[in-house]
Amino acid sequence: MSVNALYDYKFEPRDKVENFHGMQLLYLYWPHHLMYCSPFAFLVQPDMTFGAFIEEVLKPAVAAHPEANKASFLDAQWQLNGEPFTPDASASLKDSGIDHKSMLTVTTPELNGIAGSAS
Amino acid sequence: MSQLVFIAFQDNDNARYLAEAIMEDNPEAELQHQPAMIRIQAEKRLVINRETMEEKLGRDWDVQEMLIDVISIGGNVDEDDDHFILQWK
Amino acid sequence: MAVKNKKLNLKDKYQYLTRDMSWEPTYQKKEDIYPEERFEGIKITDWAQWEDPFRLTMDAYWKYQAEKEKKLYAIFDAFAQNNGHQNISDARYVNALKLFLSGVSPLEHAAFQGYAKVGRQFSGAGARVACQMQAIDELRHSQTQQHAMSHYNKHFNGLHDAAHMHDRVWFLSVPKSFFDDARSAGPFEFLTAISFSFEYVLTNLLFVPFMSGAAYNGDMATVTFGFSAQSDEARHMTLGLEVIKFILEQHEDNVPIVQKWIDKWFWRGFRLLSLVGMMMDYMLPNRVMSWAEAWEVYYEQNGGALFKDLERYGIRPPKYQDIANDAKNHVSHQAWATFYQYGHATNFHTWMPEKEELDWLSEKYPDTFDKYYRPRFEHWAKEHAEGRRFYNNTLPQLCQVCQIPTIFTEKDDPTMLSHRQIEHEGERYHFCSDGCCDIFKDEPEKYVQAWLPVHQIYQGNCEGGDVETVVQKYYHINIGEDNFEYIGSPDHKRWLSIKGKSTDEKAENANKDAA
Repeated sequence: MSVNALYDYKFEPRDKVENFHGMQLLYLYWPHHLMYCSPFAFLVQPDMTFGAFIEEVLKPAVAAHPEANKASFLDAQWQLNGEPFTPDASASLKDSGIDHKSMLTVTTPELNGIAGSAS
Repeated sequence: MSQLVFIAFQDNDNARYLAEAIMEDNPEAELQHQPAMIRIQAEKRLVINRETMEEKLGRDWDVQEMLIDVISIGGNVDEDDDHFILQWK
Repeated sequence: MAVKNKKLNLKDKYQYLTRDMSWEPTYQKKEDIYPEERFEGIKITDWAQWEDPFRLTMDAYWKYQAEKEKKLYAIFDAFAQNNGHQNISDARYVNALKLFLSGVSPLEHAAFQGYAKVGRQFSGAGARVACQMQAIDELRHSQTQQHAMSHYNKHFNGLHDAAHMHDRVWFLSVPKSFFDDARSAGPFEFLTAISFSFEYVLTNLLFVPFMSGAAYNGDMATVTFGFSAQSDEARHMTLGLEVIKFILEQHEDNVPIVQKWIDKWFWRGFRLLSLVGMMMDYMLPNRVMSWAEAWEVYYEQNGGALFKDLERYGIRPPKYQDIANDAKNHVSHQAWATFYQYGHATNFHTWMPEKEELDWLSEKYPDTFDKYYRPRFEHWAKEHAEGRRFYNNTLPQLCQVCQIPTIFTEKDDPTMLSHRQIEHEGERYHFCSDGCCDIFKDEPEKYVQAWLPVHQIYQGNCEGGDVETVVQKYYHINIGEDNFEYIGSPDHKRWLSIKGKSTDEKAENANKDAA
């Protein structure tokens, strides 16, 4: 479907990757840890390694969670845009197939949030 | 399924006469007091009659005067010089 | 002997002063005068069928509105002269007003603009007059709300720049984009969106139980502007219902178009009301009813009666209504948790409910609160007590349509977010729900342009890359005054001094450490 308008209604998407000055957006969702109300939105460099992303971006973001220290993220179950994904710590985000506005989901089945409440 | 119409008024002096008139003309209606408001609901139909209001107030009363004190309504409105009716048909 | 002028009855007066004031154009074509009346596909065969059940004419309108204003301003004066702000239940309550002034009052102004615009676009005189009155009403609401809250602005923080904030602050893009979406639609969609879906189906939830709550918390100024505004709403709601019935009766081809708009605008309104749910359950220290109870009365019961009435036109209840009904037990907690963790970027304070308040929530939400939310809140309260007030220092993912962070959970599994994502013309888009995703898919060109605050910050369009600069410089939120935790805030201290109590030093220190 498309917009019913009085004129030819066409606009550029506002969040194209070229508007981010060489960076890209990356979302990350850690299920059963709803203390973080929604997936995170990170601004990352496409050539950052996956390992650096875990250490320098993800870990500081979740540090306040009581289960953060117990999570072994690299060994956890990953999805990229809804498909199974095997992380390679030394590969860059770009070479891992993580493009602009991709969403990563990392599941740590043994961790179920504060008092098991999925928080 | 029950199909309720309702009307809510500010809890003020005018509205107390309105509530009295409504309860007299709609004996099946239910009146609820909530902070600063009076809410009246009834199955399918509620009517405000000008005649009853004029009796309560002891003066002429224009049906549109209710606009000053009403907070909200639910139901189809039918208004003329003598009545204000809320209903689901 | 002269015959005494007989008073016209209501029906004749309406006929003379509304319909008969209009005329048929002779030297211009109707479609040139009303160029927006047809492009949405709505077919109107006879505007004379338009009924205004209130039959309100302009002369009566001015008379009654003047009377409402006199009553309203008498109360504002009395409130200010008696330092009414000192008599509210608790200063935490004022934070609901900060959200109201920056989130709701600008919508009143947007509604004024919207009705002034569409009122011009209908060739039927009855519809034009009704829109004109509503435009004036909405302007009045915007003004009276600002007048009422200007008194609070003298005594509390966060109320100083509401219009500016409405245009810029991350969570205020939720109400702003809602109205921008409606105002950029055609005139019939605008009326279906605002007059019907918003005014008739949903605004009772904002103005009735919340305002009754304001009264219960000692805020006579707010309850009075709220109810005074709502006395106009009764007329607007009637217009909303008449609009829908009129369009549906005009042509059967209108039915699927209207149904689609009802589906869209019910969902958009429901999402917007998450903010109100949170105001009711968390920001009214004295509580009248829970958000779930309000939803049951004003949506399930009253909305149910309404949609049963519309069945005869071939209209069914809105799509995803079942999800909305189920969410009544979740949304207020999810929204409050969100504002609590992003309380460093808000123009109001947040806090964790006290023990009795948590117990009230447990009682009102027996199936959800203890299981999903109370452990989180007790953890945060404990952290705060130990000097680690929790703030989320990473920006959230936002829904492309409603612009709320994607915080909502699945109906069948409240431990999982109901995140959705699609690709459209090579770009990825993310949503909070099927409801918002469907809206995008129906009009993608409209939503690809969304000005999403998080992405705008990352693009460098908000005067800085770090949250502190954005909050202070771009949002005009005064750091350390307007934002952060309530306990120990300048507002809290001021309130304690009004009440003749000393500041709780322990709480204050805890706050300092966290900030």
